Amino acid sequence: MKSVVKQERMALSGDEAVAYAVKQSDVDVVAAYPITPQTIIVERFSEYVANGEVQTEFVCTESEHSALTACLAASVTGARAFTATASAGLALMHEMLFVTSGCRAPVVMAIANRALSAPLNIHGDHSDSMAQRDSGWIQLYAENAQEVYDSIIQAFRIAEDINVLLPVMVGLDGFTLSHTLENVDTLPDEVVKQFIGSRKFPNVLTHEGKMAPFKLDPDNPMTMGPIALPNYYFEFKRQQEEAMKNALSIIKQVNSEYAKISGRSYGNGLIEPYCLEEAEVAAVCLGSTAGTMKTVVDELRAKGVKAGLLRLRTFRPLPVEDLRSALCNVKAVAVMDKCMSFGGNGGPVYHEIRHVLYDADVRPYVVNYIYGLGGRDSTGTAKYLRGSPADSSGKAC
Amino acid sequence: MEMAKQEWKFTTKDIAEKPDLFLSGHRACAGCVPTTVLRLIMKALRGPTIVTQATGCMEVVSSIYPYTSWAVPWLHTAFETAAANASGIEAALKALKRKGRLKHEHVDVIAIAGDGGTYDIGFQALSGAVERGHDFLFVLYDNEAYMNTGIQRSGGTPKGAATTTSPAGTAIPGKLEYKKPIADIMVAHEIPYVATASPYYWRDLLEKVRKGLEVEGPAFLHVLAPCPRGWRSDQAKSIEYSRLAVETCVFPLWEAVNGQYQLSVASKLIALAPQKKRPVTDYLQGQGRFRHLFSPQNKHLLEDFQRITDERWRRLLAKCGVSAKP
Repeated sequence: MKSVVKQERMALSGDEAVAYAVKQSDVDVVAAYPITPQTIIVERFSEYVANGEVQTEFVCTESEHSALTACLAASVTGARAFTATASAGLALMHEMLFVTSGCRAPVVMAIANRALSAPLNIHGDHSDSMAQRDSGWIQLYAENAQEVYDSIIQAFRIAEDINVLLPVMVGLDGFTLSHTLENVDTLPDEVVKQFIGSRKFPNVLTHEGKMAPFKLDPDNPMTMGPIALPNYYFEFKRQQEEAMKNALSIIKQVNSEYAKISGRSYGNGLIEPYCLEEAEVAAVCLGSTAGTMKTVVDELRAKGVKAGLLRLRTFRPLPVEDLRSALCNVKAVAVMDKCMSFGGNGGPVYHEIRHVLYDADVRPYVVNYIYGLGGRDSTGTAKYLRGSPADSSGKAC
Repeated sequence: MEMAKQEWKFTTKDIAEKPDLFLSGHRACAGCVPTTVLRLIMKALRGPTIVTQATGCMEVVSSIYPYTSWAVPWLHTAFETAAANASGIEAALKALKRKGRLKHEHVDVIAIAGDGGTYDIGFQALSGAVERGHDFLFVLYDNEAYMNTGIQRSGGTPKGAATTTSPAGTAIPGKLEYKKPIADIMVAHEIPYVATASPYYWRDLLEKVRKGLEVEGPAFLHVLAPCPRGWRSDQAKSIEYSRLAVETCVFPLWEAVNGQYQLSVASKLIALAPQKKRPVTDYLQGQGRFRHLFSPQNKHLLEDFQRITDERWRRLLAKCGVSAKP
């Protein structure tokens, strides 16, 4: 077992934490269009390029659509590729998100989660990445700048694992995390490099009948991104789903291996329970709201209310079993969604939690709270929950 | 990236001896010229090459899983992305070379798209990629409409042509807008090499492919590629139309090296002997998409086709420094 390494404490915003982690991750290609809306991630990274601190090829594209496309093409050429975006930019990438996961390109992307227009709003909520739920990307949501840094490093390991080979998006709440300065403990360059390792490629059978690494290589010609008709398309999709399932254990494994060198872990990598043992009421949320909610839980516990919190760190793949066993013994669950599913029966996280608990032996009462849209402060919601929306008898407010 | 210049000449014997890298067995229609163009392009490679292609008929006919016509590494991602693919591939090759992880001294990158993926939906990515100066050759095979999906009009469809979205009706006689001068627009991007080519003049085409690969930075090759299905023309005459387009000056052959226009041989001969310039009707007749232009009430459209052809030819001659002769 490796011991925890000595780390340097830096003052970084969430965006800067991403840029610094990417710098340390020996990324070959960064392609980005960091404008709709702008984040500091790519600006900081451009400084590393301009100052010769990285050997990365930086491609400043004319749109997010081309940014992700270039990352995808670079990735299948054998490079480690990274991009960052948010809100409208992520929406513009929508088409290529599916192509990236379908081509099994392990691109890593940071999303400074922000609201979608109209009306135009540049502040934080989860509408952007929730709208990409079914695009075949692994989705991790970080609670603070420290976790942002750690998750980006972990994301490369997860994405490039040959049993996964799927793209990963790491969500950091717009402004709350992206633009707020925090203390971040950073690992030495060499430790990060060693933790991630070099890119690995599974050997696949080419049309010439040879086994060759899965990438564009003139010595082993391979046709990538072909047309697959009804006789084969389904098989491609089935393989993607199996890779998603494989990701559940890989995310856990990477989380625990990372804990050994850094001293930090985030629950089991999939979910992070807080005071959930013997809790009678629990809230479920993603991202930075968990920080606020932990305070709420502490206050409720001090008042004698058996409250707990479950932070869902990995939204895709959904850790169904972990969620069910963590929540099946509470009486009531308040699910917090920073996103609307218009015309649906509640927000996207609520749908999942309610679905997961349907198969529990005793189903807890599950209620949904839509909060914080367009960057509205979540303090009010927290206060509301503190006023016992779900009391210990299991009745919701 | 600079490579040692190789002596090259494309004789019939050389070409015959070179292995095919775009293989037979694909699902293209009888009389398809775009496939001929692909086969020719792949004869002009100078070394290790990665090809990337936009969605379109050539992508669809050549890559039906688990079969492929591509004996080179090949990538397709989406309709509008050929140039963005090339950007990413080229960036990856650069980074891998810098880090000592590229096996080859140099790998060429070719992006291929049809007129839809170039003039229309792919134009933003193309303009951005050449502005950034990526070292790649973009080949436009122009069959003048969205043929893969059933002959819808594109920015490359000539005025007057009937397509399924610009049908020749009783009120509107086919497409109302002129063909976008895409190659001139690419010259305006101030890239090192732009050229037009026609597969009838196959040696000229091969030489232009090679030049496009040899220049450092972006190169753009516009190839006219008749489609008998979409043009409603005789399958046996596809190559003849690619010749007539040049002889009528509807599609003159030229290249612009560092912005300096010069006529290629076939068009130069016409410039020097204007009596050789054939009327556009020689090219248009026999193509079902232009059939309605020959009815008496559309005489003005036929005249307008000749007028715009002459005007564009005169402008080209001026750019090439050739004085226009009557």
